[in-house]
Amino acid sequence: MLRLPPFRYLAPRTLSEATRLLAEEGPAAMPVAGGTDLLPNMKRRQFTPAALVGLRRLHELKGISGSPEVGVRIGAGETLTSVSTHPLIRTHYPALALAAAAVSTPQLRNAGTIGGNILLDTRCNYYNQTEFWRHSIGYCMKRDGSICLVAPGSPRCWAISSADTVPVLVVLQARVRLVSVRGEREIPIQELFRDDGMRPYTRETDEILSEIWLPPAPGWRSTYLKLRRRGSFDFPILGVAAALRREQDGRIGDVRIALGAVASHPVEAEEAMAHLRGQQPTPALLQEVAALAAKRARPLDNADLTITYRKQLTPVYVRRALDLLLGAEQGSGAK
Amino acid sequence: MDEWRRLQPRKAGPYRVVGQPLPKVDAYSTVTGRAVYADDIMLPRMLYGGLLRSPHPHARILSINTRKARELPGVLAIITGEDLPRKYGILPSSQDETALAIDKVRYVGDPVAAVAAVDPDTLEQALRLIEVEYEVLPALMSIDEALAHPDIKIHEEARTGNIHKAVSYEFGEVEAGFAAADYVREDWFYYEGNNHVPIETHACVARWEPDPHDPVGGKLTLWSSTQTPHYVHREVSKVLGIPPSHLRVIAPHVGGGFGGKSDPFSHEICACELARRTGRPVKITCTREEVFLIHRGRHPVKMWIKTGLKRDGTITAMHFRSFLDGGAYGSYGVATTYYTGALQPVTYALPAYKFEGMRLFTNKPPCGPKRGHGTPQPRFAVEVHLDKIAADLGLDPIELRKRNLVRPFSRTINGLRITSCALEECLEQVVARSGWREFQAARPAREAEAERRFSPVRYGMGLAVSTYICGAGKPIYWNDMPHSAVQIRLDRGGGVTVYCGATDIGQGSTSVLAYIVAEELGVEPERIHLETADTTLTPVDLGSYSSRVTFMAGNAAIQAARRLKELLHSAAAERLRVPPDRLESGDGCIYSVDDPQVALSFEQAVQLAEARYGALVSAGSYAPPEDIHGDFKGAGVGPSPAYSYSACVALVAVDSETGEVKVEKLWLAHDVGQAINPLLVAGQVEGSAYMGYGEALMEQQIFRKGRHKIPSILDYKIPTTLDTPEIETILVGQPDEEGPFGGKEAGQGPLLPVMPAIANAIYNAVGIRIDEVPITPDKVLRALKAARSEPGERPLPPPRVTPIALSEPWPARLIRWSPGHAGLAEQPLKLMNGHRQYQEQGESTPQGAATPPSRLPQKGGTA
Ligand SMILES: Cc1cc2nc3c(=O)[nH]c(=O)nc-3n(C[C@H](O)[C@H](O)[C@H](O)COP(=O)(O)OP(=O)(O)OC[C@H]3O[C@@H](n4cnc5c(N)ncnc54)[C@H](O)[C@@H]3O)c2cc1C
Ligand code: SF4
Repeated sequence: MLRLPPFRYLAPRTLSEATRLLAEEGPAAMPVAGGTDLLPNMKRRQFTPAALVGLRRLHELKGISGSPEVGVRIGAGETLTSVSTHPLIRTHYPALALAAAAVSTPQLRNAGTIGGNILLDTRCNYYNQTEFWRHSIGYCMKRDGSICLVAPGSPRCWAISSADTVPVLVVLQARVRLVSVRGEREIPIQELFRDDGMRPYTRETDEILSEIWLPPAPGWRSTYLKLRRRGSFDFPILGVAAALRREQDGRIGDVRIALGAVASHPVEAEEAMAHLRGQQPTPALLQEVAALAAKRARPLDNADLTITYRKQLTPVYVRRALDLLLGAEQGSGAK
Repeated sequence: MDEWRRLQPRKAGPYRVVGQPLPKVDAYSTVTGRAVYADDIMLPRMLYGGLLRSPHPHARILSINTRKARELPGVLAIITGEDLPRKYGILPSSQDETALAIDKVRYVGDPVAAVAAVDPDTLEQALRLIEVEYEVLPALMSIDEALAHPDIKIHEEARTGNIHKAVSYEFGEVEAGFAAADYVREDWFYYEGNNHVPIETHACVARWEPDPHDPVGGKLTLWSSTQTPHYVHREVSKVLGIPPSHLRVIAPHVGGGFGGKSDPFSHEICACELARRTGRPVKITCTREEVFLIHRGRHPVKMWIKTGLKRDGTITAMHFRSFLDGGAYGSYGVATTYYTGALQPVTYALPAYKFEGMRLFTNKPPCGPKRGHGTPQPRFAVEVHLDKIAADLGLDPIELRKRNLVRPFSRTINGLRITSCALEECLEQVVARSGWREFQAARPAREAEAERRFSPVRYGMGLAVSTYICGAGKPIYWNDMPHSAVQIRLDRGGGVTVYCGATDIGQGSTSVLAYIVAEELGVEPERIHLETADTTLTPVDLGSYSSRVTFMAGNAAIQAARRLKELLHSAAAERLRVPPDRLESGDGCIYSVDDPQVALSFEQAVQLAEARYGALVSAGSYAPPEDIHGDFKGAGVGPSPAYSYSACVALVAVDSETGEVKVEKLWLAHDVGQAINPLLVAGQVEGSAYMGYGEALMEQQIFRKGRHKIPSILDYKIPTTLDTPEIETILVGQPDEEGPFGGKEAGQGPLLPVMPAIANAIYNAVGIRIDEVPITPDKVLRALKAARSEPGERPLPPPRVTPIALSEPWPARLIRWSPGHAGLAEQPLKLMNGHRQYQEQGESTPQGAATPPSRLPQKGGTA
């Protein structure tokens, strides 16, 4: 078994104590929630924090409450299991329940939290390797090296945003609250992300993600489709989140589509959304929308299966997601 | 219970234990975590050992500096190649490994130095402090590269370029066979390599007990997760220069092997040497990445096959070529090469057969035996090839196969003896149970319905059949001794202790010994105490490979138990005044068959017998019969005292928009002879189906820039429980006359038809052929897009296996052989009782040892 590097473990009891510890320890400390992403990464030496600040005991990070009319608050420390099984979420934000349930395995969902999922480290199969492997091939710029092994001429890192709940939270227009000794801020979730595989989050190192807020849901339908090889374990190699609201006459009142695992951040398919908004959905139109959305997917050879394949499946998954939301009667399936 | 009754072969004997669905003897300890595996062993003053491995696929070692590591407090010993210079390897003909690299490294992961330290953290630090200077050499990462660059030599010893072994055989008149054919087809196939992925990673603990009065200096004990303690015993003894008498190898509980724990390994040898040097126990536990690097897994094989047939589907000749990617060392590779050719005529009655095989060295982790050892690859090729032929000729794939199936009690064109064989019944059973004919008849209606519902999903059924050995007919090193032996000791209290070298790697071999002895002695299996897999305590069993244990150790156990039973019956006969041949053992008693009231308890009988004959100890042994193969050089791979047969039907759903394949159900019929325990047989069949499913659709040991691309079980895909299809096991066949209670193997055979059945089902569903496993969704989609492309579209060409064009003639001398020459085919088969006594064995030493000692001239070997 791979071993963890040495570190100190700090176990605050309150959010303010946790933020104080993070501030005191400085950037060499990291928060840990379920640890299902961070600890394996530490074993492979992607991270070697001097101290871990445990978030397990913080009651401020717990709880799921609210209603579809006023919106729902989810504590960042809630496990993926509780998010995916909560009746409020299953009924009114089904895409989030689906995405949370699609993460890895039951055991990991019992330990892993939604906060940790949002802040999951970006992934790349040159990077998510042991220290021995990375040493053997020559380190890349995301850790210990200076070049990108996937795109050697590239000045930046293209590691992939791979969290299942993230594209869903984007289409649901969630907001997140970040707390530090310097104060609090609440931002639209899109503002948390950066198109940069090395520094994918705008979170400051002393900030704790305390809660996620979902806006009111009436009239919205949402879904999430995940491409992966197996029924369990696997990270997405494509995630499609879609939400829409229809007018009385059947036209699309509003629609949002976001793609996961196609870039270093969740990607919103603006052109596709604009093309569909206000229209009567027809099979031909949905094909066009799907093709527009797929233009945003630019996979690189740093995840499972081939680039061509991941690219080719994007329009299929987008169209299937829209089909699901529009009900079977639209029937724009394969001829 | 009913489920298991259904699985019973039709003609079970009147047995009390055999044939019962009993739990494994170690079931409770295994599932409750009480079972002790190698890594669970903690000894006082134990040190932690580890290996420094090469970061380069091919490099010369210029220098190794261990000074900084040595100076680290807590480091007790560091060894490098020069400390263990003696070469070893599992096969006497392939002694090409050293425990730690000398001069050169040949794959990423090749061990270079070993360290023992007081704790794992110090160990890790010390490994990092060792400085190795390399001169990086160009690396050869595929069969084609190895063939294209004979100038870049991975092993200086290889005679021609990077060819490790090449063989060439012609059985019968192949040209005449093709000339007589109405139809001839050729195909290329590729089977990607894969790892065993045992859940327990390799681990071992070595202990040296010094004794100044002993000229050897002490005794060494090695606990290791191995399938072959006997072979490890030999090799460790050789490399360390410790006589076998002073070395004890024990396999504790082993958490799966599948062939991956059948070689002697560097970490085992290094742990022993570190223990000897430090005088303290040393443990080495491999990481998952190291398991992928140690490997010895399925060889990637490129294959070419040409078959000639009559219009009615009768095969007139077959020519088969295999190119094996062996990785950096020999391992079992010579045997694997033979196995890619040996069993084709055991499945189909080929009247003429030519086989050419070649294994190449590459700069990858060494390949070796994985479940099915060298036969799943050709099986995939042959079964898909035949399916194509059936389509070409407009023949029913079932009828085509039936026309050519090997017959019971026959002799193959390559001289192998076939005895019991229920292959046709296997085929009929899977066809009937899966509803094959109804499924195919309903195709038009099903397609119309899918069209109406705009569903992109299409269903298909595919079929394949296969054969496997019940134990290799020859040992790995040439010798005339038994392949398996069992000792049994009875004590006055009625206790029964069984000693056998057989190694339970989860397949249940220890349980099978208990059932067999219990059946013979008429006691309950729980009474039996088992000592296994310990080279000091137990008599030799060659190991858990080639599906040999139930057949061979089982027969040895029957012999040992019968010898004791005789003593018990003769003592009981006297007391009960009943002739010994009217006595029977059962339910813990010895009783008269004429009047069961006239009886003694087992304990009473034991005490009477001990009083009369002294201590009650017996031994039994087993060696396969001699007359089971031809008399040509190389005939030692393929013969077996019996063969198991399987047939599989796969039902798949293919999403024609995404290329995703879902296997909905697998029906597997298996001829196991008599199931000693149908529950364990079904477990093996299901495990095989699951593994076959993974190999067909996802598993691949692949490399990028000289490194294993995905050495973790997150990225290396094996199926999860959610992916695993429903599996219906159908046990068929009659007890085999030589098998223990009629039993045959179940551990490997059922895997073989699964991959081609799935490939054929995909064709049946969407009309595309992927001639290479794994059949991943990207390949399926690419083929679908190529097949459906409209004029004007320029899709990628469908995936194709690139043929190998040899510029030179085949680099091995052709050996021609026909059964007639040896006069074997004409002889009626002599059926011997399986539990032949070892003393009766003839002297005849066929030249056909799989692996002749290297001093013998190698006819037909590497050119
Ligand atoms: C085998 C395996 C398969 C997986 N498959 C998937 C998958 O399919 N899909 C998927 O999305 N994920 C997957 N994961 C990743 C992981 O399990 C989940 O993303 C999980 O939700 C992470 O949550 P956690 O609480 O364990 O995070 P941690 O590991 O505790 O933390 C992750 C990161 O977030 C930071 N962090 C956590 N909580 C906070 C907070 N409240 N405030 C500030 N920073 C915080 C940590 O410092 C760390 O950098 C997989 C992991 C494994 C090991
Ligand atoms: S994308 Fe490039 S820089 Fe980023 S992790 Fe992968 S190899 Fe490293």
